[in-house]
Amino acid sequence: MQLEPNLAATNVPDEIRNADTPCDKAMHATEPLPSSEGVMLSVRGLKKVYQTDGGDNEAVRNLTFDVRAGELVCLVGPSGSGKTTLLKCISGLMAPTAGAVLLDGKPVSGPPKKMAVVFQEYGRSLFPWMRVRENVELPLKNQRVPKAERTRLVNEALEAVGLSHVPRSFPWQLSGGMQQRVAIARAIAYQPEVLLMDEPFAAVDAQTRADLEDLIRVVWKKLGVTVLFVTHDIDESVYLGERVIILSSSPTVVQEDIVIDLPADRDQLNTRSTPRFAELRHHVYKQIQLAKKGHRPASASAGKDARSD
Amino acid sequence: MTALKSVLFALTLPALLVAFWYIATSGAKNFFIPTPALLAEKFVSVWFSDRFFSDVLPSLGRLVIGLVSASVLGIAAGLLIGSFRWLRSLTEPVLEFFRAIPPPVLVPILMLLIGVSDLMKVAVIVSACVWPVLLNTVEGVRAVDSVLSESARTYGLSGAARVRYLVLPSASPQIMTGIRQSLSVGLILMVISEMFASSSGLGFTIVQFQRSFAIPEMWSGIVVLGLIGVIMSFIFQWTERKILRWYHGLREVENAA
Ligand SMILES: Nc1ncnc2c1ncn2[C@@H]1O[C@H](COP(=O)(O)OP(=O)(O)O)[C@@H](O)[C@H]1O
Ligand SMILES: Nc1ncnc2c1ncn2[C@@H]1O[C@H](COP(=O)(O)OP(=O)(O)O)[C@@H](O)[C@H]1O
Ligand SMILES: [Mg+2]
Ligand SMILES: [Mg+2]
Repeated sequence: MQLEPNLAATNVPDEIRNADTPCDKAMHATEPLPSSEGVMLSVRGLKKVYQTDGGDNEAVRNLTFDVRAGELVCLVGPSGSGKTTLLKCISGLMAPTAGAVLLDGKPVSGPPKKMAVVFQEYGRSLFPWMRVRENVELPLKNQRVPKAERTRLVNEALEAVGLSHVPRSFPWQLSGGMQQRVAIARAIAYQPEVLLMDEPFAAVDAQTRADLEDLIRVVWKKLGVTVLFVTHDIDESVYLGERVIILSSSPTVVQEDIVIDLPADRDQLNTRSTPRFAELRHHVYKQIQLAKKGHRPASASAGKDARSD
Repeated sequence: MTALKSVLFALTLPALLVAFWYIATSGAKNFFIPTPALLAEKFVSVWFSDRFFSDVLPSLGRLVIGLVSASVLGIAAGLLIGSFRWLRSLTEPVLEFFRAIPPPVLVPILMLLIGVSDLMKVAVIVSACVWPVLLNTVEGVRAVDSVLSESARTYGLSGAARVRYLVLPSASPQIMTGIRQSLSVGLILMVISEMFASSSGLGFTIVQFQRSFAIPEMWSGIVVLGLIGVIMSFIFQWTERKILRWYHGLREVENAA
């Protein structure tokens, strides 16, 4: 999974020098749709400046991109590139300094009802005083979903993440991967139209992580939910996404927005060993290296076709 | 450890102390220190009588009402003050001031204001017990985990639901700490409030015995106070373990890691 170290060993400087050679076959995402037709989530010129004691800190400079309904988009960027900041703005937990987030055409000003977020810190996102089942059920209870319906949704969600056998455990009695699955079950049961995930698997071990990645694809296909999956792991982004949005380092702009043309049925073993997977990974990796060197796409603000040729 | 073993463990030191007391008082007679046998005899004759209903129960009733009111007040005010920064800034100096006043000096004042009544005694207990609960609740509310809080927000938990499902349980370990501290404070103030102006109650009776040189009877009253403290502490611990089962489990897991 953690291919960053391996890649680092494969002569990065060369790749950067040949920046425009085979970078190539990656299909770029189409222009933002002319109308907002089919667009579920729209980020427009988003900028976030943190005011701190040490002065202003521009975490996100200018981000613009769209996510269509039912899409699974991965956002990949180095640590500190403002991914969490972006997700907090999208989920309405934080107001952007400039720009806007539109959900289904309507501006987001607080946490929207049809959105669920899975955080990286699974240990701190579940209620430790509630059992697994109660954790998953709470948002539904709060929405006044009738008891029978609630029970069905919770059962289905726990079933989907393979945790039907521990409904009466407390979260802290479970291993890390299981806790994150509880958080995912809670999100699924909530039946969101948009699912945001902030490096959800960064803190789980590699094998669990592979399972969880497959779980996300299964859930996405089954529920038809729009997923925005944030990660710093290039492999993960390529394996999971139908589209990958590459962020530059801070202050952040969209470095590139590419379509992942891998088959819909993905498989940890085979997909990852296909030449196309290697090409795409290579491409994303190169773009991130470029971004680190301070190379910005010409149309940094547009966030659409951002090729460097 | 088996249950029998732990009971033996708990009883060993008290037994040794009583034995020491027995030996120390068996030779020379000291008017002010009774023998264990005499004390036990007085304990039964004094307290297993009408006194239980006329003095012990009313005292206990005031104590329990005082503690419960102080807890409810302290938790409610603590939730408010802990939730709003401006309220905290506003109330902090005043709270510090009132907290610094030794509660016993309130007895004469409250006597003047309310008169010598049950209400005044309960008010004395509340005025002392509310602070540990209040201050600990404020700390607990402020310490709600940021990620947990954001999770709750994204799932639309707000207002009363947020308090009920997030803030209160999250602050419950600190709240319980505050209540535990207020138990001993409450017992002290219960006695003091009855010593000043009263015609019944444990504190009154003990002072009464002392003034009439009924020394063994006085000691037996102190034993009653000690027993009340121990029983309260046991009841509290039992309740705390029920309510904070998750917390102790979580701690254990974290410490093991
Ligand atoms: N609350 C905050 N106050 C000030 N600066 C912050 C805050 N949160 C994040 N930052 C800064 O914003 C930048 C982006 O952080 P973050 O969004 O957490 O990045 P990522 O999730 O990609 O690692 C970092 O430079 C970080 O130091
Ligand atoms: N403190 C605990 N109490 C009860 N069950 C536990 C506890 N810790 C772990 N488990 C259970 O043991 C299993 C393995 O957990 P763990 O050893 O943490 O897995 P790993 O380290 O492989 O992620 C899990 O099913 C988990 O539910
Ligand atoms: Mg982050
Ligand atoms: Mg483990």
